[in-house]
Amino acid sequence: MQPADRSAPRTQRRRGAPVERSRTGVPAPLWMPAAMALALLVLPVLGLLTRIELSRLPELVTAPAALDALELSLRTSLAATVLSLLLGAPLAVVLARSRLRGLRVLRAAVLLPLVLPPVVGGLALLYLLGRTGPLGRLLEDAFGVTVPYTSAAVVLAQTFVAMPFLVVGLEGALRTSGARYERVAATLGAGPWLTFRRVTVPLLVPALGSSLVLTFARALGEFGATITFAGSLRGTTRTLPLAIYTTAQSDVDAAVAMSLLLVVIALLVIALVGPKAVEGRGD
Amino acid sequence: MSGHRRLAAGLAVLLVLLTGCAGRDSGGGRTLTVLAAASLTEAFRDIGAKFSAEHPGVRVRFNFQGSTLLAEQIRQGRSADVYASADTRTMAKVVRAQAAAGQPRTFATNRLTIAVPAGNPAGIASLADLARPGPAVVVCAPQVPCGAATQDVERITGVRLSPVSEESNVKAVLNKVIAGEADAGLVYVTDARAAGEQVRAIDFPASKRAVHSYPAVVLKGADHPELAAEFARFLQGTQAREILGKYGFGTP
Repeated sequence: MQPADRSAPRTQRRRGAPVERSRTGVPAPLWMPAAMALALLVLPVLGLLTRIELSRLPELVTAPAALDALELSLRTSLAATVLSLLLGAPLAVVLARSRLRGLRVLRAAVLLPLVLPPVVGGLALLYLLGRTGPLGRLLEDAFGVTVPYTSAAVVLAQTFVAMPFLVVGLEGALRTSGARYERVAATLGAGPWLTFRRVTVPLLVPALGSSLVLTFARALGEFGATITFAGSLRGTTRTLPLAIYTTAQSDVDAAVAMSLLLVVIALLVIALVGPKAVEGRGD
Repeated sequence: MSGHRRLAAGLAVLLVLLTGCAGRDSGGGRTLTVLAAASLTEAFRDIGAKFSAEHPGVRVRFNFQGSTLLAEQIRQGRSADVYASADTRTMAKVVRAQAAAGQPRTFATNRLTIAVPAGNPAGIASLADLARPGPAVVVCAPQVPCGAATQDVERITGVRLSPVSEESNVKAVLNKVIAGEADAGLVYVTDARAAGEQVRAIDFPASKRAVHSYPAVVLKGADHPELAAEFARFLQGTQAREILGKYGFGTP
């Protein structure tokens, strides 16, 4: 990149499109910290790979406890992603388009789970929906439903921490695309619902991919809120991250093998859906 | 422009903070680092204070965690002076990893009890009540010492528990009981006592047949080997026994 830059005549470069230049010319001082950032993100995962006990790997990865946790993780994370979409997408539209007063406060409230340590989120859920929490007691007395210690509690915990990613992603997309298409649709006589279906939803699609991937990934990795709110029991609430934590107490090789499962799923998700979704959004 | 300057100033502050955190506090005296099982928290704080009082200039720094987690950290090369575990199985791991200097010695014993919330909402009276359908029972996962002790109790009594959750340490079990999220939990006698009025302890006879011991050992690579050996000896002495007894531990 740089030699090509230098060989180009000055005048020509000055006249060249500014977009072109900003895309190719990375200032030299940025390379070092950028490399360090990459190292910080990638090296620990490589460190994990060095701890793998190859002789025991197949047996450990296919151990019933690991497979149970994997299945539960995939099921609950998918459910949390769907729930986030069903509830979070409408919320994103409201945040981006409505003229409610106090919208700023609402927006901050949506960001709260991103900032809170997940354990705090788990405690908060427990004090609301636990057997002694106000809503939890109501549910138990009225319907005989106990939320904690169920897979539903896992989904709730995952949705709590993951939905903000979807809301923020979609809301950002809506706000950058602006409301002019919707206004045009309205002037052409379309009602709000028709406008939503035919104009707003298509506007959301490019951002949907990346937002869904982020949401699913966050739900898959959820640990703190789940262990605090839902507990930890094989097949019911012990998702892969919880199983890794519990197993690491006694058998580190098995915990590393399970971690590898999680890394592979994460890579698959990124490879299959991630880049395409992100590129679609960038262009 | 001012934005850049502010960013630079922010980075500078961050750097100072980081380097400040990296620096060890050096008070001139010696600091003994003791890694101990979470269930020893209250008793060891008192013992540490007594030990410091008898050894001027010596500070005892504790790290209380699940025994197994500490054992794994030691195996991974964490350096400390003394390790005190909640069972012999976990200690054996450290010995097998050749991280122990000398033989571990038992300094206390502990056993399980049933902890129920103050009002005992599920009306638990015995271990057999925990196996009934209905009460939400929380125990430790078999991978940690209190869970291993729970399995021992199940084996001895033939009572099969079906817990709603298996926690990774005994304090998590206790907290679920205190919060009223569990109708009963199997915890150590000492934890139930430390919780005071918040829980009620219901003893069951079989727990006396599943007593387990707390061994301590001086670690290889200790910063202060002699001082560490002295602390390990101190744990066997009458003063330490008295403190441990006060918190509900038995004597070996």
